[in-house]
Amino acid sequence: MSASLLFLLVLLVGASAFVMGRSRAMATAGGKLSSLHSLPGYHGSYAAIWALLPSLVVLAVWLVAAPPMIDRSVLFHLPTEVLNQGNAPAQLALGQVKSVARGLALLSDAERSALDSGSINLRDAMGAKGIPLAGAGEPWMIESATTFNRMTANSHLAMAGVVLLLAIGGTLLALRGISQRFRARNRVEQVILGGLILASSIAILTTVGIIGSMLSEALRFFASVSPMEFFFGTVWDPRFAAAGQAGQAGQFGLLPLLAGTLYIAFVAMLFAVPIGLFAAIYMAEYANSTVRSIAKPLLEILAGIPTIVYGFFALVTVGPFLRDISGQLNGLVTGNYASFIQAQSVLTAGLVMGIMLIPFVSSLSDDIITQVPGSLRDGSLGLGATRSETIKRVVLPAALPGIVGALLLTASRAVGETMIVVLAAGVAARMQINPFEPMTTVTVKIVNQLTGDLEFTSPQTLVAFALGITLFAITLCLNIYALYIVRKYREQYE
Amino acid sequence: MNMMSEATLEKAVDQKMNAVPHKMIGKDVSVYYGEKRALFDVNLNIRENTVTALIGPSGCGKSTFLRTLNRMNDTIDHCKVTGKITLDGGDIYDPAIDVVELRARVGMVFQKPNPFPKSIYENVTYGPKIHGLARTKAELDAVVEQSLQKAGLWNEVKDRLHESGTGLSGGQQQRLCIARAVAVSPEVILMDEPCSALDPIATAKVEELIHELRANYTIVIVTHSMQQAARVSQRTAMFHLGNLVEENDTDKMFTNPDDQRTQDYIMGRFG
Repeated sequence: MSASLLFLLVLLVGASAFVMGRSRAMATAGGKLSSLHSLPGYHGSYAAIWALLPSLVVLAVWLVAAPPMIDRSVLFHLPTEVLNQGNAPAQLALGQVKSVARGLALLSDAERSALDSGSINLRDAMGAKGIPLAGAGEPWMIESATTFNRMTANSHLAMAGVVLLLAIGGTLLALRGISQRFRARNRVEQVILGGLILASSIAILTTVGIIGSMLSEALRFFASVSPMEFFFGTVWDPRFAAAGQAGQAGQFGLLPLLAGTLYIAFVAMLFAVPIGLFAAIYMAEYANSTVRSIAKPLLEILAGIPTIVYGFFALVTVGPFLRDISGQLNGLVTGNYASFIQAQSVLTAGLVMGIMLIPFVSSLSDDIITQVPGSLRDGSLGLGATRSETIKRVVLPAALPGIVGALLLTASRAVGETMIVVLAAGVAARMQINPFEPMTTVTVKIVNQLTGDLEFTSPQTLVAFALGITLFAITLCLNIYALYIVRKYREQYE
Repeated sequence: MNMMSEATLEKAVDQKMNAVPHKMIGKDVSVYYGEKRALFDVNLNIRENTVTALIGPSGCGKSTFLRTLNRMNDTIDHCKVTGKITLDGGDIYDPAIDVVELRARVGMVFQKPNPFPKSIYENVTYGPKIHGLARTKAELDAVVEQSLQKAGLWNEVKDRLHESGTGLSGGQQQRLCIARAVAVSPEVILMDEPCSALDPIATAKVEELIHELRANYTIVIVTHSMQQAARVSQRTAMFHLGNLVEENDTDKMFTNPDDQRTQDYIMGRFG
């Protein structure tokens, strides 16, 4: 019986458990629903949960755990001369056995007996069924394959039996427990709670897993390049071409990348913060509801544009525009029409990233400004303050911790942004302070190191993990600091 | 003199009261919130150096009327005011008038104490700084002391002027808000249920304060408490369903009202 058919059957049992549970509860009530502790639907759900939950868990565990166990036992029964060759050849042989096993299931009885008598060889028989075999095939493979097929079939049969038994048994158990005062509602609530906890722990565990894997890969990198060299090195020159050659390790200095990251993020914030904040103040304090209902969604459309599109825009429009206009300006002032802004530059990337960040700043700040109690505004206006005085002296100070938190969150986004920088700032890892020249960021270098066909063994690729964990540490610190500020000052104001 | 009958005496008092000049005059005041009409042609005059209480059941328009007196309704979307309201004879809804200046002359204290999240000192100096009433540190110090004295809060907070105003108790916060309003030297102070969030002791203190403030300011107070209206006010106006039902001397209002609805409300038959 296939697993999907079994799954369907279990679902069927669950559905009938629901119906039976409900009707049994109604029968127990004797037509007086109010005498039941829980509504009949809850009794039905309770029965269905008992039918489905244990059986499906067993089904899932069985499906995951059974194949490796069968593999192991077949592996142990391979001829000793194969096993003695070491692990890799044994695994290879096992793979062949499994292919043969798949092929055997397709053979007709006549073909099978021909194979057993040796009149056709194994490779041709398998080839005829569309299963390529690496070697000529050995007689013991047929034997092992037969064992494999038998064990798989047994396992499936046992699984079907156990799972169906569990489903039906669970249903019966649940139905027996149904009575007037039975608290099915509370039990269902517990199961829902369990499900919710499971969902949130999956999210948390995934984060922990990602950090763990980044850390372990980064540690492999630090085994070949010293942390001092990485964190305090001022030259980034990974020597891609020399990857793999002895004595050609390359230089992995983080500082030029970090400087580029922070510089570009800073320029972006320089554009995004004033514009976003003023937009938020207008939306929250001045705009009437009609304007707000039109302008706010329009502003938030900006947030929905994929960052690659911004990058594109920077590469094709903004960069060349800045370059040309700088040439014109230079010409007007000095008579020399050489442009002093390069098409790919810190300024281009910062400007475009700033535009991308405007909706984040404005939307977050708008929410925070709107949360400042209206009574404070009334108090200030009632004393004869103008609107802008009220905003400057009462609303913004009250909203400041929240706004700072929002800005830090935005900054951590700017630090992690990739696509715009790849296209707008270039890939040259340089340490300099001229915003009109290209620089590059940590994220761009991660992309560079990983797009290629190098193995994950050389420092040239492993450095990506070290960069990733550094970036993660920076954004984590920013986020924690943002939360800290928000908490600290919120206590003071409420 | 001894021969003067009680009735004559009462009449003399009435005349004296009636002789008090009108600080603010409301004529045919109507307020609309979008399509909904909240006030119907209210004619109500506010006498100088008098406490005028506005009473009536919830939703009767008394707070709405109060807020028209310093144009706080302007901040509400789709709110429209018609009719005429004057302050010392000048129309306050005249487009030429400066709302900011009006609100400096007609201060307001709100239902819920709303001190700014700043120090006590900064709360009081907020208005004077905005209006340039006091510039030097000495002047500001003087304003703070005077205002807090007037609000009866000085002795309680003089040692912690630079602590947050939100750390005070509810009653102290409300008196701080009154001090804050007084610091701008307004002529009229509007109070929108100033004691509804306070306990009886704090309420008694605020009421005492209102008594004292009457000497220098014209006060209009909205209240849900009949006893409070009777205790603090000299004139009372009764609103019902957006209409002004009756306006009279407080003593008369609470003993022998002209209108049946006033009597029913005061006796607790509705509201």
